[in-house]
Amino acid sequence: MIVTPLVEVRDLGKIFNVSAPWLNRVVERKPKQYVHAVDGVSFSIERGKTLALVGESGCGKSTVARLLVGLYAPTAGGVQFDGKDIANTLSGSHAAPLRRRMQMIFQDPYASLNPRWKVLDIIAEPLTEHGLITDTKALKERVGELLKSVGLAVADMEKFPHQFSGGQRQRISIARALATQPEFLVCDEPTSALDVSVQAQVLNIMKDLQRKQGLTYLFISHNLAVVRHVSDQVGVMYLGRLVELADKASLFAQPRHPYTRMLLDAIPDIHMSGRPRTPVHGEVPNPLSPPSGCSFHPRCPHANARCKAERPALLSIKGVQVACHAVQEGRI
Amino acid sequence: MTSALLEVRHLRVEFPTRHGTLTALDDISFDIAPGEILGVVGESGAGKSLTGAAIIGLLDPPGRVAGGEIRFEGRRIDNLPYEEMRKVRGRSIGAIFQDPLTSLNPLYTIGQQLVETIQTHLSVSAQEARRRAVRLLEETGIQAAEQRIDQYPHQFSGGMRQRVVIALALAAEPKLIVADEPTTALDVSIQAQIISLLKRLCKDHGAAVMLVTHDMGVIAETSDRVAVMYAGRIAEIGPVHDVIHAPAHPSTVGLMGSIPAMDDERERLLQIDGTMPRLTAIPRGCAFNPRCPHVFDRCRVQRPDLLDAGATRAACWLHDVPAREVA
Repeated sequence: MIVTPLVEVRDLGKIFNVSAPWLNRVVERKPKQYVHAVDGVSFSIERGKTLALVGESGCGKSTVARLLVGLYAPTAGGVQFDGKDIANTLSGSHAAPLRRRMQMIFQDPYASLNPRWKVLDIIAEPLTEHGLITDTKALKERVGELLKSVGLAVADMEKFPHQFSGGQRQRISIARALATQPEFLVCDEPTSALDVSVQAQVLNIMKDLQRKQGLTYLFISHNLAVVRHVSDQVGVMYLGRLVELADKASLFAQPRHPYTRMLLDAIPDIHMSGRPRTPVHGEVPNPLSPPSGCSFHPRCPHANARCKAERPALLSIKGVQVACHAVQEGRI
Repeated sequence: MTSALLEVRHLRVEFPTRHGTLTALDDISFDIAPGEILGVVGESGAGKSLTGAAIIGLLDPPGRVAGGEIRFEGRRIDNLPYEEMRKVRGRSIGAIFQDPLTSLNPLYTIGQQLVETIQTHLSVSAQEARRRAVRLLEETGIQAAEQRIDQYPHQFSGGMRQRVVIALALAAEPKLIVADEPTTALDVSIQAQIISLLKRLCKDHGAAVMLVTHDMGVIAETSDRVAVMYAGRIAEIGPVHDVIHAPAHPSTVGLMGSIPAMDDERERLLQIDGTMPRLTAIPRGCAFNPRCPHVFDRCRVQRPDLLDAGATRAACWLHDVPAREVA
């Protein structure tokens, strides 16, 4: 039996126009400028699994998240959700049933909840918007259930967001995302604004909910230790492209791409086990003028002439997908 | 101990508000030896940044030091007049803040800022100050320092700016640097560079560091000793290795257990329910008692001081040996 993935992303691309205003371009003779925020990204997520995307700021991981839920329209490629193309469906008249099945949790729990609304209204909005529950009493009951499922009290529905701490607010966001009983949750750095002890609470809740409700997650994070804790598969992004896509176990046991190795080496070692670390060099280049060939070559210790000239494709090597000439040639 | 570079004794910081006085720091005592790196860790609101601010005399009003004392090389610095403190700040105690963009003046070139700092504190000529500035920038790993010194902060990336800030903090060769979350705003690969840079430079210049951060990994990499703060008090203080591998205070145990590590295979993270109390509602007795799995009657009424607990010192009644024998 072939398992059809719930989410399938093919050659996804997003180009942002970041040109100066027209008059400035004319007067100052500036050219039009484009950023390839996401470029040729392909992956699939099986039902009930978690794919994590990691990378440093500006690598395009949040853009991928927004493309997947239809907050941006892709400029290339497409996303299939349960066999249907998202871009067509979300713009058509049958958008609502699809939107109901995918929800998003945002990074900042202070900005993503309306401060003038009671928690009841915040969590009930998706329910009434999709016409799932119209009866007020049933609505309150359902919101109460949702609050309980994320470890808050039923009475909390009468409060306003400012009465909650950051971790509690993020639980409200999760409850709101779960209101329509979605199958797929896109979580964009859901814990990076939280303290570690609160982060542990939120991560545990997310894992429990996944087990109970069979949720599928796309988990965006810059923290590899968190990613290792929650994910089944990990995709590493660098300057808008996937450089490595592998099972969690193989990625952490045997990272292939030099960038993945560098990221793993950069994590401060809390248990001071004294593992050797190669020092990290350089910074992420300006995405407006990415380097030729492999965009990682200026920082890569294994780069050669081919890496400077030719962009490596994401190829499957021993069950792991890597975009690196050195790995593909067997140099490292 | 007369050898300590910085001595903090029973430090208490209060914020008078309309609804009464809030005690943000309560009875904080610790030492920093010359050349030592002391990590200060805790959740947001635990008072770690405030401790740093109190030491460099930059408490935001209406916050004020309400008790205790801070001594630097034996001299009391918590009650110095503003102008006197200005001379200590920068010359004897340097500071590095979290956001490298706001800690540099966008209207001056980094060279002007470095030269100003050097000339304010050291009596050297302008040429000599500039030479030193270039050398500092080179030491912090900035390429083509001779040219870049005349550029403005916006021409530098986040990681490069933090290098400039470190150069600024070291410019007058202080003996202590208070670094408040110096790597929090940076990406992991840059963070690793900045940490090793800070560690190396402070060793070269013989400066002690008080490193304030919420990231236990950063502490583990850099510090000699660590102080774990909770609700405005020090919960535990000791050598970094002991605090990480054998934490004595239940709040440290919880803090360590809730961090997902690269080499752990646990399905669930250790979870302490609840959150740190607000300053307006710090519970009686030990501030951690409502969240503590080992809580007993004494914890709810009497506040523990730092007690010997193996290699570390922890503010927890579990380590009050005679009392435990009686019970």
